[in-house]
Amino acid sequence: MENIRISKDEVAHVAHLARLEFGETEMEKFTAQLNDILLYMDKLNEVDTSGVAPMTHAIAQKNAFREDAVDPSLPPEDALANAPAARGGCLQVPKVID
Amino acid sequence: MELHELTIHELRDRLLAGEITAAGITASVFARIGAVDGRVHAYVSLMREQAEAEAERADAAIQRGDAKPLTGIPIALKDVCCTKGVRTTCGSRILENFIPPYDATVVERLREAGAIFIGKTNMDEFAMGSSTETSYFGVTRNPWDLDRIPGGSSGGSAAAVAADECIAAIGSDTGGSIRQPAALCGVVGLKPTYGRVSRFGLIAFASSLDQIGPFTKDMEDCAILMNVIAGYDPRESTSVPEEVPDYRSFLDRGIDGWTVGVPKEYFIAGIDPEVEAAVRRAIRVVEGLGGRCVEVSLPHTRYCVAVYYIIAPAEACSNLARYDGVKYGFRSAEGRDLLEMYKKTRAAGFGAEVKRRIMIGTYALSSGYYDAYYKKASQVRALIRRDFDEAFGTCDVLMTPTTPTPAFRIGEKTEDPMQMYLSDIFTISTNLAGIPGISVPCGFTEAGLPVGVQFLAGHFQEGRLLQCASAYEKNAQIEKRRPPL
Repeated sequence: MENIRISKDEVAHVAHLARLEFGETEMEKFTAQLNDILLYMDKLNEVDTSGVAPMTHAIAQKNAFREDAVDPSLPPEDALANAPAARGGCLQVPKVID
Repeated sequence: MELHELTIHELRDRLLAGEITAAGITASVFARIGAVDGRVHAYVSLMREQAEAEAERADAAIQRGDAKPLTGIPIALKDVCCTKGVRTTCGSRILENFIPPYDATVVERLREAGAIFIGKTNMDEFAMGSSTETSYFGVTRNPWDLDRIPGGSSGGSAAAVAADECIAAIGSDTGGSIRQPAALCGVVGLKPTYGRVSRFGLIAFASSLDQIGPFTKDMEDCAILMNVIAGYDPRESTSVPEEVPDYRSFLDRGIDGWTVGVPKEYFIAGIDPEVEAAVRRAIRVVEGLGGRCVEVSLPHTRYCVAVYYIIAPAEACSNLARYDGVKYGFRSAEGRDLLEMYKKTRAAGFGAEVKRRIMIGTYALSSGYYDAYYKKASQVRALIRRDFDEAFGTCDVLMTPTTPTPAFRIGEKTEDPMQMYLSDIFTISTNLAGIPGISVPCGFTEAGLPVGVQFLAGHFQEGRLLQCASAYEKNAQIEKRRPPL
C-alpha cells in the first residue's frame, strides 16, 4: 500500500465535510486523482523545517483597526435580491428542524 | 491602423487632439468583437449599451476639457470583479445569475478615471486553472492559434487584449493567472505586490495569494493602469497604506549598472528549447543595456507547486463554503432537507476542478492531516520567501521565463490535473512570497506562438519592474505582429 494516500472511504468522508457528493464513477476518478496529487505532495517531506515559523501572510501587518462608526450598508432588498428564495425580508431555506 | 489596434496612450493623444472620439473607439472595439469573438470567445458578457452611453459622456467631458487619465478608453474586466448591476459569474454555474449589488474597488477606480467597460471576460471557474478550459461558459481560444489554450485563469482578458477586442484589461493572479496567459498570448501582464491593489469586490479564491493587475499592449499602458488601480482601500484590511509612486516616471530611466539575477532553478530539464532560447536572447538584451546578469539560486523553487496546491485549495475550500444555495447563486431544487440541499447545490453548481480543489483543501485542513500538509506547506512557504529575500539582497530584479512551454493544445492536459498544475511552475513562487512580477513578450516560436520573459522584484518595487521591462521593451526590437485572425 506504498502508493495509497487516500482511500475511497476517506474521499467519501471528506466529500461530506465539504458538503459535496459524487456518483460512483466520479468517486473512482476523484480518488485516483486526489491520490496522485497527494503523492506529489510527499516531496515536501524532503525539506527540513524544524524551527521554521509557518508563514501565514505575504506582508507583515498589524491588525487593521477602524473607528467604530456606522456607515451606510446594503439595503435589505438589495441584499436579498440574489437569494434563490426569500420571504418577508428573510432568506428562505428547506426545513431544518422537524 | 484601426482604432481598436492602438494603445491607451496613443488613443489618448488623438482624443485630446480632437482627431477621434470615444464613440468612434468604442464602435471600433465592438466591431472587432463582432468580427472575431465568435472564434476567440474571450467574453462571457458584453456591456454594449452602457459602453455606448459612457462613450457619449466621455466625448462631452473631453469637449469640456475635463478628460481624466482613462476617459474614452475601452477596458475589459475579468468576470471575477464585481460590477454593480452587471452579471458576474466567476466562470461558474453556481454564479450564473449573480448580479452584484456593488462595484469592486478596482472597478470604481477605473470608472472614476473615465474608463469605458466593454464586458466581462472568460476565466477558469473561480480562477482555478491554467488554460481557461474549466469555465462553465466554454473555452477561450488563443488568438495566435485557435487550437490552443490562451493560458489561465485570466485567459479571456489576455486573449481580448491580444486580439484587439479591448484596449486593455483587468485580471487576477493567484499563482500566475495574469502572467502565464499574458506570456502565452503575447501581451504585457503585471501581478502587483500583495496588498498593492484592493481586493474588495474581487471574488475570493485564495485570500493570501490573490492580487488584481493589468493586461496591456505595452509597458506605458501598464504604468498608466497601475497609476489608477494601485493604492490603499479602507474597505480591504490587507491593502497596504504605502505611498503609490507615479509609475510612468520609471519608464525612461534605464537600468545601467543594475544587477539582474537569473535563478538557475528556472532553466530546468523539460523547458521548451525555443522558450529557453528566447529568454536567453532577452538576457543578452538586458546585458546590452548595462545590466549585469548573474546566476543566483532559489533552492526551494522545486517545492513551490506542492506548497501552492496545499495552501491555495485550503484557503479556497474555506472561501467557497459560502456557496450554499442560500444567500445568492444557484440552488438545486432536489434537496429535501437543508443538508441535502447544500450537497446537491454544490455538486451541480461547481465543476470538476473546483471540486477537486475543495476536496484537497478540506482534506489538508482536516483533523489528523493539518500538520502534515497545511502547516508543513506554510513552513516551506517561509523558506521560499527567504530565498527571494536573500536574492534581492544582491539583485535589483530577477529574470526568468514566464512559462516552461508555449501555449499547449486545447484538451491536452485536462485529464491529468498534475500536468496542468506543473504549467504554473515559474509563476507560483511569486504569489507565495507576495512579491510583484511582470511578463513581457520576448519573441515567437517558429510556429508563431508568443513567448514571455518574467521580471520579479522585492515587495512594493513595481517601479523597478516597470523600469527594467520598459528598458527591455524599447531595446529588444521584438517584431510587431498581430494574431492571424
